[in-house]
Amino acid sequence: MKLLRCPLNGVRPVSEFAYGGEVRPMPDPDSCSDLEWADYVFNRSGVPGVKREWWCHIASGYWFIAERDTLVDRVLDTYSVDELVRRGGA
Amino acid sequence: MMHRLPDVAGEWIDRSRTRAFTFEGKRYEGLAGDTISSALAASGVMILGRSFKYHRPRGILSFANHDVNAMFHVNGVPNVRGDVTPLETDMRVTAVNTIGSLTHDHARWMDKLARFLPVGFYYKAFHSKRLFPRWERMIREFSGLGRLDLNAAHVFTPKRYAFCDVLVVGGGASGLHAALAAARMNSNVLLVDESARLGGSSTDAQTRSLIAQIAENDRIEVLTSTYAAGVYADRWIALVEPTRMSKVRAGAVVIATGAIEQPFVFRNNDLPGIVLASGSLRLLRRHAVAIGKRVAITTCDASGYSTALELIEHGINITHVIDIRESPDSELAARLSKHGVRSLPAHHVVEAHAGRDQCLARVTCAKAGGSTLTFDCDALVMAGSWTPALQLLLQAGGKVMFEEAAQMHLASEIPAGLFVAGRAAGVFGDAAKASQAEQAGVRAASFAHHGIVDAVPHRVGTTSVQMHALQAALGGNVVPSVYPPHPRGKDFVDFDEDLQVKDLGNAIHEGFDSIELMKRYSTVGMGPSQGKLSNTNAARVLASVRDLPIGAVGLTTARPLYHPVPMKHLAGRGFTPERATPIASRHEELGAVWMLAGNWHRPEYYRRSDETRAHTIAAEVAAVRNSVGLIDVGTLGKIEVHGPDAGEFLDRAYAGRYSDMHVGTTRYALLLDEAGTIVDDGVVARLNPQCFYFTTTTSGSAGVYRELLRLNALWRLNCSLVNVTGHRAAFNLAGPRSRDLLAKLTPCALEESSFPYLGVRESRIADVDARFLRVGFVGELGFEIHVPFSQAASVWDALNEQGANLGIRSFGVEAQRALRLEKGHFIIGQDTDGLTNPFEAHAGWAVKMNKRFFIGQRSLRIRQQRGPRQLLVGFEIPEPIAELKESHLVIDGDAIAGRVTSVAFSHTLNTTIGLAMVKPSLAHHGMKLSMRLSDGAIVNATVVPTPFYDRDNRRQKLQEAA
Repeated sequence: MKLLRCPLNGVRPVSEFAYGGEVRPMPDPDSCSDLEWADYVFNRSGVPGVKREWWCHIASGYWFIAERDTLVDRVLDTYSVDELVRRGGA
Repeated sequence: MMHRLPDVAGEWIDRSRTRAFTFEGKRYEGLAGDTISSALAASGVMILGRSFKYHRPRGILSFANHDVNAMFHVNGVPNVRGDVTPLETDMRVTAVNTIGSLTHDHARWMDKLARFLPVGFYYKAFHSKRLFPRWERMIREFSGLGRLDLNAAHVFTPKRYAFCDVLVVGGGASGLHAALAAARMNSNVLLVDESARLGGSSTDAQTRSLIAQIAENDRIEVLTSTYAAGVYADRWIALVEPTRMSKVRAGAVVIATGAIEQPFVFRNNDLPGIVLASGSLRLLRRHAVAIGKRVAITTCDASGYSTALELIEHGINITHVIDIRESPDSELAARLSKHGVRSLPAHHVVEAHAGRDQCLARVTCAKAGGSTLTFDCDALVMAGSWTPALQLLLQAGGKVMFEEAAQMHLASEIPAGLFVAGRAAGVFGDAAKASQAEQAGVRAASFAHHGIVDAVPHRVGTTSVQMHALQAALGGNVVPSVYPPHPRGKDFVDFDEDLQVKDLGNAIHEGFDSIELMKRYSTVGMGPSQGKLSNTNAARVLASVRDLPIGAVGLTTARPLYHPVPMKHLAGRGFTPERATPIASRHEELGAVWMLAGNWHRPEYYRRSDETRAHTIAAEVAAVRNSVGLIDVGTLGKIEVHGPDAGEFLDRAYAGRYSDMHVGTTRYALLLDEAGTIVDDGVVARLNPQCFYFTTTTSGSAGVYRELLRLNALWRLNCSLVNVTGHRAAFNLAGPRSRDLLAKLTPCALEESSFPYLGVRESRIADVDARFLRVGFVGELGFEIHVPFSQAASVWDALNEQGANLGIRSFGVEAQRALRLEKGHFIIGQDTDGLTNPFEAHAGWAVKMNKRFFIGQRSLRIRQQRGPRQLLVGFEIPEPIAELKESHLVIDGDAIAGRVTSVAFSHTLNTTIGLAMVKPSLAHHGMKLSMRLSDGAIVNATVVPTPFYDRDNRRQKLQEAA
């Protein structure tokens, strides 16, 4: 079983976590076209590579970001949502 | 013939304690410390089983559990591994895959049919679907291994979690050195070995001293008769013990699994009496068993000579050493010749011959390109072709590379936290192994103490110095050729699957010429030993045929499990946590018939002995309509949101508007997803300017709470959420007399003027803090009563006590569904589906499209423009139709036009009512709908407005108690 480092709770087995999908910046709903919006709602990229993902430590209800190389299923970094905002990802 | 020798220093057997057992019904005696295989060998039993396909006799080969020749049925348990299973008194041992008896197997003639059973035979022969079942029965009769005892006792095999700093897999000399080195670094070490004792192949004084040090070391825990079956992500290892599985999280892992000696490939190389050198030494050292009386050795490196010298030392007669190399070490040859051993350099074995006893009797060898020589022998030892056992490394994502100079696959990339020690790392020779294994132990310990989970794998190359040392240790090995095939075949590459060289050749010629395709077509390496003795030779065959370097051919992917694992270890006991509300015992006393809602236990209805299910549910409904009913709704999700931005948060998350709610009011709330589809609903109550208390559906509560937490993290508003689902119990007290009853128990003013419909009050009930919500889900005057979990029972009891003379009756989920259907309320997930938006469910009133933003708003704008795909309508059928069920189709002409989502006979209205999701052209009041029953019959329904009952919703807003 994989281990995941939760920024709040430290290293825990992955069974304590829930996956929340890729971090995908939302287009401005007021200015984007219907097509752009539909793309945001329905399309996901399956291309392997380093992705920013939402993960939740279930027991504590804490959401954070993991950067994971989906090609080799290796987590490269985990950090808080505040950090995501600092890095300009939200 | 194999036989027991006098005392051998370091032997595992206890000659003072005998162990009587039977094999194939015949009585034998072994010794304490024997395995099943060694006891049979010591008794001179050469044939242990029959091969999978051709029913050829098979005997001891690796004596390391690397082959399936020594697999037995023991006391009703199939496929017991004889090489490693300790002998116990009164074991009843039989061979697997025999028909008739082991020595006179009735299916021996299969061997003569070999040329009619080419590789891919099944694919080519069994096209006919009509005949296949017959063939299948026959094949199953003749092939396959042990038989299942369907009456076997049910055994629970516990699983446990274990933790260690350093896990050392393999208790040979290298594993011992690594374990001691890691323990010296203050690591807690777990050392496992699949044999009954530590030491690996070695029983010498040096090894015994290491074992003694291990025993005294408090930091080292030893598990023998245990193997690492699988290595999973982040050093999570499945250890299979005889009666338990341990799931170990290791800080670091040392793979000291040694090397697997490979058979040579020649005609009849599977005869009983032909043994791998390492196996012959293990038999000798551990169990004092001599493998024969006239022994020949075939080798490709120096190990053949050292094996010969050790066997001679114990009085075993060695006649020939057949060496593939042109100019082997002359000093070693000279030492052997003093013992009367004839050296045959530049020779290789071409054929073995069986005697009348079906075991090895003679060997024919040939000089490269020249003369042949045939001589008698009762044992042939194959020495010197090694494959490091790196299956665990490969499982963990490591990589190997073929080193031409050493003629082996060696680790080239090692995942973080894994370390390879000893012969598994391509290190041969006692001194070299000791120092390398110690280093591996030290590095593993430092990783365990300082390593991080995210560390990346490291590449290892084999340096020329290391390669030189390896070459020297092996004595300039030359690997025997495995191709071309012997003209008369029976030169086995895979002993599990009875695959000959020509079978692989045919597979390649038929186009299955990559290693993975060849494996799947020919089944090489797919038997129970998973290619431990065949993958390397199969790669050599493929490389020869395709004229490629072996390194270019590659290896098949190694996956867990390392050995076949008994199903009892893999089968788990179901773990499905279920939730009960605090008054489950009260429901039980009232005769609750339970149902699962999400993971909650809820009363479906309360059984009464004198009533049928339908009558009971109707009576529960009637109680609510006519007097007062009580239902446990504690399973609803209950969440509080606190903070200055709490209203703003709900405005963004839910479809309605909440920030403008007055304190003391409630509002219905719809949760949508980003596509504008309804995913959940509930009631939002404003308790104070900065605190909202709201509910979710029973099954949606965990998921909704989690998603709301995510949105809160993303939006970074000044508010926080608390899930109080488990903290609070909740009841819905509903019916015209509900206010009268509640008034007896609470100081709260309940009159319409002070506590109107859709109000919320914080007060007390029966001396317990409570929240009251005036709701109308079942369409009567009603109060939801939310109290602390721990006080739920006393409140429930008080309501029932005080309600007795009002005719209070508990009602279950079924009655509630009927009540809400009479009111036309939809249930999310039943009356809506994964595409339903609020407009289609006539819940547009709960959506505030003019808000700045909410989840699903942008998509709803698009969907609103496009118009509905389907619409939820109420329908009525005047008479009861028991056959009409949910999911029956609505038919328009000859096309599907919708489906029934809810249907029930309403005793209140004396008519069948329901909801259906239909195409918009049918969604007009008065429209006739055709509904198709399971048997194809059509019933007609009429679209009617909802609610079916109390169309103006007067009852839930009741001014005066009835």
